[in-house]
Amino acid sequence: MLELTDIGFAYSAHNWLFRHVSLCLNASEIIAILGPNGRGKSTLLRCAAGLLIPREGSVRQANSIGYVPQSNQVSFAYSAFEMVLMGRARQIGLFAAPRQRDYDSAQQALERVGLAHLAERPFFHLSGGEQQLVLIARALASESKVLILDEPAAALDLHNQKRVLRLLRALAHQGLSILLTTHHPQHAQFLANRVLLMYGSEDCRIGLADALLTEANLSALYGVRLRILTFEEGGTMRQTLAPMYADD
Amino acid sequence: MSVLLTGEQRKPFSGSQTARWLLAGGLPLMVVAVGIAALGIGRYSVPPEQVYRILLATVLPIEPTWSETDARVVILLRGPRVILSMLVGGGLALSGAVLQGVFRNPLVGPQILGVSSGAAFGGALAILFGLGWVFLVGSALACGILALVIVYAMSLVDGRTPILMLVLAGVVTSAFFTALVSVLTYVADPYSRLPAIVFWLMGSLATATYPRVVPAALPVLIGGGLILLLRWRLNILSLGEEEAAALGVRVQPLRWLLLVAVAAIVAGAVAVSGVVGWVGLVVPHLARMWVGPDHRVLLPVTLLLGAAYLTIIDTLARSLTPAEIPLGILTALVGAPVFFVLLRRTRGRGWVDA
Repeated sequence: MLELTDIGFAYSAHNWLFRHVSLCLNASEIIAILGPNGRGKSTLLRCAAGLLIPREGSVRQANSIGYVPQSNQVSFAYSAFEMVLMGRARQIGLFAAPRQRDYDSAQQALERVGLAHLAERPFFHLSGGEQQLVLIARALASESKVLILDEPAAALDLHNQKRVLRLLRALAHQGLSILLTTHHPQHAQFLANRVLLMYGSEDCRIGLADALLTEANLSALYGVRLRILTFEEGGTMRQTLAPMYADD
Repeated sequence: MSVLLTGEQRKPFSGSQTARWLLAGGLPLMVVAVGIAALGIGRYSVPPEQVYRILLATVLPIEPTWSETDARVVILLRGPRVILSMLVGGGLALSGAVLQGVFRNPLVGPQILGVSSGAAFGGALAILFGLGWVFLVGSALACGILALVIVYAMSLVDGRTPILMLVLAGVVTSAFFTALVSVLTYVADPYSRLPAIVFWLMGSLATATYPRVVPAALPVLIGGGLILLLRWRLNILSLGEEEAAALGVRVQPLRWLLLVAVAAIVAGAVAVSGVVGWVGLVVPHLARMWVGPDHRVLLPVTLLLGAAYLTIIDTLARSLTPAEIPLGILTALVGAPVFFVLLRRTRGRGWVDA
């Protein structure tokens, strides 16, 4: 689906943002990238999406990628539907305009994210959560089997976080592969099969989420002590992550 | 917006009935009506139905009910002028709409690329040396294209041309050629060449003839056709470089294809009519407030609206006062207040306050 082999990126020579990163994204798999600000999460994601060319290593994409950017500043008041329709660019010839097939596909994508009723609203009038869902719908309309999302739930309130996270999990169940960055270890815990922890420019660890999302690993990653709390609710054991801001 | 965004079903060529109806019938009809009216109005006036018959008579065998002079005025004198005003108006308006999309900024106009100033310098240079209109047109076109090449070279960073560099390079090139035009007016003979340069710079279609239609028509038809074919892609381009690339669009070639088409249109327009400002800024706004930001609908509407707009303005320019009013003055005098009123009334509907 998507294979990164030993990639590294540097804006200037020998000033590596990250190096020796390898990962292979399988079908129906979700991989979350975690790390402090400025460690190169978004840059890594752009390399994977083919928007940046890594300085070393190779990126192999089995098919086209649906990239969902972190924030979107539209200059013109396109409707949500028009935004989703633009996801069809790869299917439409240079001099051609969208046809019925493309309209149907865009409509289906909007229905899949549950926003068909907002199709005619100007995109910038939508809430942050709805905008994120529209951008995901746009990636779906492109018929990509791989979604790459930059901080999909970063600027959202708890309810909208839940909406986006659940949608992503449902999409993975339907066969999509998802690579995303996140600042919230809880999101990785909820979503990810595997995680990539970016400790330093030459120190990235990838592994199963259950194995790597430990108190020790996360505390070291952010420099903030994190506790994993386990408790029982309705007969099932549940876990949550709690950052200990007051400690030092 | 609200007009455009009510459709329940999705049909190819989205946009409401209103927009489609406008395109299919209303707007082209309006342009034709404006053209017929403009051919009749003037010092020597010909009634519209007579104009209509005279036009028909060029293709159909119709018994003349008009005088020889009527036909001469309509076909030979006003004909090329009306055609030129439509080509220049439509072309400039379309260019403005494309640039606003490419630069993701609703406040840019055809002047932003420096092509206008380049073409103005080329034209002024030809007038200074007393060369004929063929050289004037050629020189204006050449310098307009030269300005675009300079902008491209200046904005090139690592094989790409970021928007910010492009805007800055355009401003620099524009300022440079404007200064060169000042140099020309400074050294020009104040009794013969200077007035000619100044009047040409203010914009006029007074010297329109059929041969002059060609240098305006070719870029508008070829460049405009290309632009109209790419109009859905322009939607994607206006999302910004990275998003467009992520959606599978090759941003650099597409952007430059559009910019070259725009430069050709603007240079052609300046070559035949001097510098006519405001059309490329006001008309796209008007169209956007009317039919929304989707370039598939916006660009054809802008083209037709621009053609009608400049034809009306040019008819006013030659019939309001005994002496002709330079076109550039009228487009600004009419355009600026209209623009202001529209902006206040709609508060920038159709684009997002950045």
